Amino acid sequence: MSSFSVTEPSNRSKWIAGFLVITYALITMIPLVWILLTGFKSPADAISYPPKVVFDPTLEGYVNLFTTRTRQTQEFLEANPPQNWADEIVRQYDMVIVGPSKFGERFMNSVIIGFGSTFLSIFLGTLAAYAFSRFKVPLKDDLLFFILSTRMMPPVAVAIPIFLMFRNLGLSDTHLGMILLYTGVNISLAVWLLKGFIDEIPREYEEAALIDGYTRFQAFYKVVLPQAATGIASTAIFCLIFAWNEYAFAVLLTSANAQTAPPFIPTIIGIGGLDWPAVAAGATIFLIPVMIFTILMRKHLLRGITFGAVRK
Amino acid sequence: MSDRTVDRVAQATPERVARKIRGLSDRAIAWIFISPTIFLLLAINIFPLIWTIQLSFTNYKANRIGREVKDVGLRNYERILTDSDTWLNMQATAHFLFWTIFFQVLIGFTLAWLINKKFKGNDLWTTIIVLPMMLSPAVVGNFWKFLYQPQIGLFNYIVSWFTGKDPSSFEMLGSVTLAPWAIVIVDTWMWTPFVMLICLAGLRSIPDYIYEAAEIDRASKLRQFFTITIPMVLPFLMLAVLFRGIENFKMFDLVVQLTGGGPGSVTELTSINLKREAFEKWRTGYASAYAIILFVTVFGLASIYVKALNKVKQR
Repeated sequence: MSSFSVTEPSNRSKWIAGFLVITYALITMIPLVWILLTGFKSPADAISYPPKVVFDPTLEGYVNLFTTRTRQTQEFLEANPPQNWADEIVRQYDMVIVGPSKFGERFMNSVIIGFGSTFLSIFLGTLAAYAFSRFKVPLKDDLLFFILSTRMMPPVAVAIPIFLMFRNLGLSDTHLGMILLYTGVNISLAVWLLKGFIDEIPREYEEAALIDGYTRFQAFYKVVLPQAATGIASTAIFCLIFAWNEYAFAVLLTSANAQTAPPFIPTIIGIGGLDWPAVAAGATIFLIPVMIFTILMRKHLLRGITFGAVRK
Repeated sequence: MSDRTVDRVAQATPERVARKIRGLSDRAIAWIFISPTIFLLLAINIFPLIWTIQLSFTNYKANRIGREVKDVGLRNYERILTDSDTWLNMQATAHFLFWTIFFQVLIGFTLAWLINKKFKGNDLWTTIIVLPMMLSPAVVGNFWKFLYQPQIGLFNYIVSWFTGKDPSSFEMLGSVTLAPWAIVIVDTWMWTPFVMLICLAGLRSIPDYIYEAAEIDRASKLRQFFTITIPMVLPFLMLAVLFRGIENFKMFDLVVQLTGGGPGSVTELTSINLKREAFEKWRTGYASAYAIILFVTVFGLASIYVKALNKVKQR
């Protein structure tokens, strides 16, 4: 754009706009920075008044997050010297580490259910999206709208019959049950997004392949799939983030066995109430993967959050 | 159309080769590809919906397995619609919906408009602003509870620093007047970037030549803003409002973590009330009727809204 363009904002207005946007961005980051900082505070520092920005960092929150501890008598503590740095941290409260906490397990549940449902959503979603994109399907628009409308139901409302259904089928509190459920929720997003991506691949490629003697199916997986790889990858990340963040179904339908991290993290109890540094440590570990994915996905973000309705 | 191309090629070749080209017919492939998805949606969404409708006419309680289930007709619906608490929940939801959308549109559009001035590094800052909306509402909502603590919370501290009020003199989550605003603040913090991103796409879709033409016609900047920018962004903005409206009507995770519906029931949104009825009081039949009412409401409002949106788009 030339410097004489009438549509180019003046330097001064750019400067003001930049200043305001950066101010907003910094304010909006405060809660996230606070999560990060609180994770490295001691419980006393975390609840001090005024709130501490400068403090002695400690890994106490992370140790408390991953371990269970019990209080011991003075004699026991003297007889058993601390074995490692983590032991050393809990000794200041006359405690010893007796085993791992549930956090690792809950985190793994999130990983298993997240990846399982993402894989299934993408697999089914790609097939359906290809068919919707390329073939004449009777009632196509109605079917597509039906797929979208399944997202309008409040999760708590869906949870009632799902709860009963899972109880009858023996799927309550199982990984398989949650994977199927999250797939059912994610598939609408997958179909809509992937249809958009596949629509953008020129049909001529497949037609050329068909003329070269490929079957329709070969054309699909040898020509269309590689072309759609970026779209499939970004759709997968959106499905993964959704399953990762989901709370309502998880808190209502899972408990001891298949509970994921979001319902677990808010329940980490310390001495006298919530153990905020441990909660913050758990939140940090849980949120950072999503932040990284968000930064990687920034080009496709808009499309993902609007079901493909807005493409930049 | 690709299928015609296939047919044409197939017709021009011997039968044996033609079958190879065609493979399975397109129609067969279409159904093989679509049916697993439809089947899954029927199992996870439609079957439960039908079951919910059926349960809504009964007095079934999911925690009493042996008990006889009686058909109560429309009694559940009647009780819900005549219960004054239902309307209080609806009011709480309406308050939440209106103000979150109001602030998100206001701030989101302003931010998008500023970012569209294309200052140096705007991409980086856009990405940073977007972060909150991608995070788990339950985990973040829970942490906001910490920020809202009267004495030790950072939010209260910052407010007191600016206003001079004692940070332990007000409880954002514990006060009947402040709690409805506390949830509006967190939701606005989280979802303003969503509205911003969509508005930004709208602003970027306006071609420069329209402004250039207006400039030649000597339209003032203000006039350009109201006759070009606003109308061209409006369909995008309405889409953003639709998404936020549906999502916030369903709102559960963030608010349940922040207030759990309290104090009293001033932040008891419909979803939270539904959870209490279904999974704490175990009035499954009653809760099913409530769920159907919510679904009909959101579906009805969304359909009307989409009609309006399409009108704006056509203009």
